Amino acid sequence: MANPTPDTDFKRDYKYGFITDIETEAFPKGLNAGIIKLLSERKKEPAWMLEWRLKAYRHWLTMKEPHWPNFQYGPIDYQALTYYSAPKQKNTNPKNLAEIDQELLKTFERLGIPLNEQKRLTGVAVDAVFDSVSVGTTHKEILAREGVIFCSISEAIREHPELVKKYLGSVVPYSDNYFATLNSAVFSDGSFCYIPKGVKCPLELSTYFRINAAETGQFERTLIIAEDDSYVSYLEGCTAPMRDQNQLHAAVVELITLNNAEIKYATVQNWYSGDKDGKGGIYNFVTKRGKCVGKNSKISWTQVEAGAAITWKYPSVILQGDNSVGKFYSVALTNNHMQADTGTKMIHIGKNTKSTVVSKGISTDYSNNNYRGLIKILPSADGARNFSQCDSMLVGNNCKANTFPYIEVKNHTAVLEHEATTSKINADQVFYLKSRGLDLEGSVSLLINGFCKDVFKELPLEFSVEAVRLLEMKLEGSVG
Amino acid sequence: MLEIKNLHVSINEALILKGVNLTVNPGEVHAIMGPNGSGKSTLAKVIGGHPDYQVNSGTIDYEVNFKKVNLLEMEPEARAREGVFLAFQYPVEIPGVTTSVFLRAAFNEICKHQGAQEMDPIEFDEYVRGKMKLLSMANDKFIDRPVNVDFSGGEKKRNEILQMAVLSPRLAILDETDSGLDIDSLRIVAEGVNKLKKKDNAIVLITHYQRLLNYIVPDFVHIMHDGKIVRSEGKELALQVEERGYDWIT
Repeated sequence: MANPTPDTDFKRDYKYGFITDIETEAFPKGLNAGIIKLLSERKKEPAWMLEWRLKAYRHWLTMKEPHWPNFQYGPIDYQALTYYSAPKQKNTNPKNLAEIDQELLKTFERLGIPLNEQKRLTGVAVDAVFDSVSVGTTHKEILAREGVIFCSISEAIREHPELVKKYLGSVVPYSDNYFATLNSAVFSDGSFCYIPKGVKCPLELSTYFRINAAETGQFERTLIIAEDDSYVSYLEGCTAPMRDQNQLHAAVVELITLNNAEIKYATVQNWYSGDKDGKGGIYNFVTKRGKCVGKNSKISWTQVEAGAAITWKYPSVILQGDNSVGKFYSVALTNNHMQADTGTKMIHIGKNTKSTVVSKGISTDYSNNNYRGLIKILPSADGARNFSQCDSMLVGNNCKANTFPYIEVKNHTAVLEHEATTSKINADQVFYLKSRGLDLEGSVSLLINGFCKDVFKELPLEFSVEAVRLLEMKLEGSVG
Repeated sequence: MLEIKNLHVSINEALILKGVNLTVNPGEVHAIMGPNGSGKSTLAKVIGGHPDYQVNSGTIDYEVNFKKVNLLEMEPEARAREGVFLAFQYPVEIPGVTTSVFLRAAFNEICKHQGAQEMDPIEFDEYVRGKMKLLSMANDKFIDRPVNVDFSGGEKKRNEILQMAVLSPRLAILDETDSGLDIDSLRIVAEGVNKLKKKDNAIVLITHYQRLLNYIVPDFVHIMHDGKIVRSEGKELALQVEERGYDWIT
């Protein structure tokens, strides 16, 4: 298959915009049952998996692309996309990282994700996904000692079919929504993680998603299961080269916590967001949902959304177990012509379930930033509690910020609080900081940091430093 | 150190300063008094570099390393890094930013500019605590709270004085730092200023009332009226103003 041609129109402000020149194997463009069969075959999947995919595909054909979000985009031609693109590795099934293609290692190193033994991050196990496949997972041995399974979902389907079969689609069913259903049919890789009973995962687990190939959709699927009394903290990062065409990313993430288990899931999303005129960029249509199945279990989503031309994403928690806790902390920054419609859903089913929502939206330039959230209290959820805080900050005069909070309460013992503010970076604050010696960018970064503090403090330390840098970079030139 | 000549300034087309002249030398304390609307705060903000004001004519020369620079051509942060400090009449709130974090960021910016060693949070904490002790603010807890958010009036003003102590400016302009203070806070602020007074720095106090000058003895008192300094004398002038008001001067 053709190599991607290097893009000459590099812009300096998106430092992850480079293209890896690597030979790839890609399927012909278009989507049909034959492509799905080919994909399943290539991944050496069992028959039940193919059946599930085809069921999803048939259902997808009956569905319509949703257009209720508060943003506009041109039609997506699903037949013009490539549904599988993988770097051609000399060794198709690398046993260890030494067998991974040097170009790929270099790519991830350039992205700040060194995979090789000497340089890799201590304390963090990384699964690196390049286009449609996982190219390697670090620290596997340490994890194995504790019985933690951390591998690509393709490997999990082959090696741990009983777990995948039991949990895949248990939180986000194949028929859930247009993009999740598409993902169910064509997901090509992603991460799988299983924390056995009573284990506190000794490392942070992390997946890094990289879209490289042009006109290729990335459809990854992540499944994390935390058994009774276990704990895991999980990080996800994403980037893509700068290209003039829009690229589709439709991922599904499912989290499951059993009794007393806890999953912390953090994302720093920095997909290419298009140029300053709004050309190109990733369409990010993602379904993320966790289910607190067991009592006293906890799921928290923390996200820093700073990239993608379009973001459609509502990381949610189904609070089924009694006393379970769901949290959502979000910073969504939009600049140039980015459009984001993002928020969360907290579905309270169990007794005394609690949820917290803290959302900080920052819009600059001509961007459009929307918070959309649902708090739903079912009749069974005696004593449910929710606290929501949605703050928007506007930088400049041409951007938009909206908040769409939905509340459905069917139990009179529930207590819900909702606070919302909208503010602008004000000139007096900037002058105050400047008159103490900080320059404009330092001042704005301090103000933004203050604004986002409640969210940043939920991120693991290295990530919060990254997140701050990312926002600073994005805001450069937007203020003043 | 500071030489203001024939300064004319307007905001939104309205002329506020109509030819201000002022010379400040190292080691001096100047008090600028005058009725409301005479242009005192405008003068302070223009020295600090507030972007809302339009300088129509005149100059502000400031001495940096024995060389004269035109302050009006410098960004506010550049002025701050060269040792100009403005204590605000109404300090603004910075939500979510801890006062100590803000102070360290400012301190390190100035150190970086002046080629001095920057401090890490631990060193800096010790340094700030030392300054707070010096200023009789050892019991103050505001440095662990977001900058000026939910501060009392006294805390806001003490915070300004603490910033001045931490940043060690060469030229400090205190814009009505005494207004709205009870007598105890006034004493803390005034004693702080006295402790920070050195022979190579200068302080300009902008004030409505003589009472601050009971604690801080100025070398010069200037009366501002209708955008001009109309009278400059020694400290006795403040007492006369206290007794007779401003009318007899103008």
